[in-house]
Amino acid sequence: MDRRIRVLVGKPGLDGHDRGAKVVAAALRDAGMEVIYTGLHQTPEMIVEAAVQEDVDVVALSVLSGAHLTVFPRVRALLEERGAGHKLLTGGGIIPDEDIEMLKQKGVGRLFGPGTNTSDIVEYIREWARTHAHSEG
Amino acid sequence: MDPLVERVLQGEKSALARVISRIENREPQAVALLDELFLHQKAAPRIGVTGPPGAGKSTLVTGLIRILREQGHRVGVVAVDPTSPFSGGAVLGDRVRMNEVALDPGVFIRSMATRGSLGGLASTSREVCEALDAFGSDRILLETVGVGQSELDVAQAADSTVVVVVPESGDSVQALKAGLMEIADIFVVNKADREGADRMVHDLESALSLKNWKDRWKPPVLKTVASRGEGIREVNEALERHAAWQLETGQLSHRRRESVGARILELTREAVTRAVLAKAGRPELEARVDAVLKGVESPYRAAERWAAELLDTANAPSP
Amino acid sequence: MATPRKTMELPESSPSGAELDEKLQALKKALEAYDQAVARNAGTHRHVSYDTISGAPNKLLYTPLDTAGMDYARDLGMPGEYPFTRGIHPSLYRHKLWTMRQFSGFGSARDTNQRFKFLLGRGQTGLSVAFDNPTIMGYDSDDPKCIGEVGVTGVAIDSLADMETLFDGIAQDQVSTSMTINGPAAIIFAFYLACAEKRGIHFDKLRGTLQNDILKEYIAQKTWCFPPHPSMRIIADVMTFATRSVPKWNTISISGYHIREAGATAAQELAFTLADGFAYVDAGIQAGLSVDDFAPRLSFFWNSHLDFFEEIGKFRAARRIWARVLRDKYGAKKRESLLMRFHTQTAGVSLMAQEPENNIVRTAFEAMAAVLGGTQSLHTNSMDETLALPSEKAVQIALRTQQVLAYETGVANTIDPLAGSYYVEATTNRLEREAEEYFREIERRGGVIKAIEEGFFQREIARSAWQYQQEVERKERIIVGVNEFVTESKIDIPLLKIDPSVEPEQLASLKKLRETRDNGAVKQSLARLTEAARGTDNVMEKILDCARVYATEGEIRGAMREVYGDYRETAEF
Repeated sequence: MDRRIRVLVGKPGLDGHDRGAKVVAAALRDAGMEVIYTGLHQTPEMIVEAAVQEDVDVVALSVLSGAHLTVFPRVRALLEERGAGHKLLTGGGIIPDEDIEMLKQKGVGRLFGPGTNTSDIVEYIREWARTHAHSEG
Repeated sequence: MDPLVERVLQGEKSALARVISRIENREPQAVALLDELFLHQKAAPRIGVTGPPGAGKSTLVTGLIRILREQGHRVGVVAVDPTSPFSGGAVLGDRVRMNEVALDPGVFIRSMATRGSLGGLASTSREVCEALDAFGSDRILLETVGVGQSELDVAQAADSTVVVVVPESGDSVQALKAGLMEIADIFVVNKADREGADRMVHDLESALSLKNWKDRWKPPVLKTVASRGEGIREVNEALERHAAWQLETGQLSHRRRESVGARILELTREAVTRAVLAKAGRPELEARVDAVLKGVESPYRAAERWAAELLDTANAPSP
Repeated sequence: MATPRKTMELPESSPSGAELDEKLQALKKALEAYDQAVARNAGTHRHVSYDTISGAPNKLLYTPLDTAGMDYARDLGMPGEYPFTRGIHPSLYRHKLWTMRQFSGFGSARDTNQRFKFLLGRGQTGLSVAFDNPTIMGYDSDDPKCIGEVGVTGVAIDSLADMETLFDGIAQDQVSTSMTINGPAAIIFAFYLACAEKRGIHFDKLRGTLQNDILKEYIAQKTWCFPPHPSMRIIADVMTFATRSVPKWNTISISGYHIREAGATAAQELAFTLADGFAYVDAGIQAGLSVDDFAPRLSFFWNSHLDFFEEIGKFRAARRIWARVLRDKYGAKKRESLLMRFHTQTAGVSLMAQEPENNIVRTAFEAMAAVLGGTQSLHTNSMDETLALPSEKAVQIALRTQQVLAYETGVANTIDPLAGSYYVEATTNRLEREAEEYFREIERRGGVIKAIEEGFFQREIARSAWQYQQEVERKERIIVGVNEFVTESKIDIPLLKIDPSVEPEQLASLKKLRETRDNGAVKQSLARLTEAARGTDNVMEKILDCARVYATEGEIRGAMREVYGDYRETAEF
């Protein structure tokens, strides 16, 4: 057996600020995970299709465009639709606390703001994988 | 039938994705799954795409996908990127270039990390191709890591191998020419709008002209500007010609025979090594290491002796 | 690329004794003794990084030995004189303070028009337009890719009609307008020009700046429309058009800001940005323009980060390099061609979400570095920008920071007051040297566009960003309130909320426009643009024709896309 945690890192929407997404991708790689980097300008449909085909455990999105209230719920809904509701949907960006709370209630995992230590993200994903990964068929 | 296999055969992408993970992770059920899937393969042509980093492999693959889709084919893609030897992790970034075909229902793209394999493919990439085949992909594209080494494993896994270079790769191609000549069925000089493209084409052609191609397939040298979709159609036509030639001359069955033979040997070697270590265990190996280090015998002799002992045991009539 | 002056390398190497006069010899001895004494106590030094924020090593002490190879007249000169290290104007801020230009734009054209009128009413003479993401990418608001982003981080502009609303009641010949737009810069410029034309204002009365720096988009900011080669052709066409018809317009604002924000070091920001600048000069010359016709209309846009002295050195080095290369390599004769005029924005990336009030302090230091570096205009970030678009209160504090700097601190009284500091001069020289090394590397790779296509810049930047992040996580770098002196405090500053009705309203007015305009004329003008894109006619003129008949931004982009295709980046880590 040679299992690795697979994480999709993507940037939905039109903004091009990919520094955070790239730093997080590098951190997850250095923590031994396989990161599928989908790049910029992703629609929710593209993200979910890639998540399904790549059989990732985690979908991590970086949103700095202010469109988080549109993007996260849409990705969540599409994941459910594709029978991939068991995947962790997490991410980060410039997201006000009250919006984080609202998204949490819609089934989105932790959202990390500026200044986050990447080791916190690594730990969060590892812990989640330990308790959830492959609990389904 | 395994319900997962049934779902794959019905064309369910998430089931295929899960099967691929099981293969890639070498999970215990993988052999049984592959066994069942094997019966549903249609021997779809497999096209390998290799070449140095930055040559535009992913862009060329994307261009090929578009043309194959126009022709009504269902396309499966395996894109391989290297695993970090330090952390065991990887960043798989080939999808970035393939975004425009990512939502096409007739396309399935899977990124794989090499996970310790030293060639251009992951050690289970071929099995993943088999799963794609059973799923119904009738053209399968294999994009290698492109470490710049001659990636013999892709030539073995694919029916046709496309080697992509760019005008600037002059020196490295010079050094690798021998290796590339061995594996290429088609040469592509990509980014051909750049300076030096014609010289590169000329260099490759003159190197090819030194060989005797009588009764053999002589690799054509084609120019593309993959980012603008120029020349891709010609690459696809060359692939079709190569496939037809292989069929006509019987080369295809010969190549596949060789390839399956090599694969069986490889898997057997892996299985035997696993079995030996499982049965005899580490101490048995350590004892032989001690003998070599003490100068009692050479490693070659030690291996010969161990193999002979194992075969004797295997040949002995069962009680 | 111009070869670096050998003398600039002197301070770095240890000069041989024969070349030094007696005083320096004595100093060298004293310094050796000092170094030994310090080395004995090194065990007591604090365990943090003493490198600059860019990772360049700092010595504990700088002395005349570090500037020994310098020549005042050759390397510094008088302000307003070659090589302009000390500034581009002889009397700098006594003649005119820097322009306090705060960037703004949100919601609909009508909302932003109101904000502009408010700012103009308070004596501001320059406007700076922030566009929303769909506009920046060249998409119409009703494109499905734009869901949730219309009017969110800037103003939504789809056609000339929106531009007319944006500048309703504002005399375009009385204000200078800066527009932060790159991929579709030619299209937005055309809307602005067509708007002035309809009001009977001649193009030669228009003043302003178009960012129009596409190279840094591929390198860092990642909002492009077309691949590099056609993009450069469009830029050359804009330069040619503006040189002839809109002579007071700054056609490109060559931007290091976004390169730095993406994670570049100070040296990378300096080198990559200047290299971009040289690429535009090459493009202008190739288009048949004389360098002195367009170089005076090129300006720069830098980041001002937290490492105070390194930033000042960066601004000074940039002026010196630009002047030298324009004079020696491109043979520029006009004084104005040699002047590296620049706008500065404080570093957005240095703002922290934790205890956002601390950002006021960070921004103030960064602003001071920009002023000491001789900036022509300045934008100070608001403390809440890591949380949302800035609130009115936060914007006011940011502006007040500049005013305190200008009127209370006294830093604007004397030009280039840090010149002659061993450390600042050595830092200026060091950055110049590092930039020269990068120029050679870029040249070796076949120029800026090839280096972009190979992912060279992107890789260098991603690595710098990752290195910095690791230093922060190992606590070799302390960020107050983030990885040290952390408190569990709730954020209690008011945040700006964007009105969610902007998107549907914008979609409705766009729909109406498509129904009421002369669609035959639109179709015809778009077809002529496609033809020009395929051939060699100036596309800017054809884009202007499309704008005049109310073709939308997305349609105009589409007409060129037919010929130019899309750009796909490589993922570099």
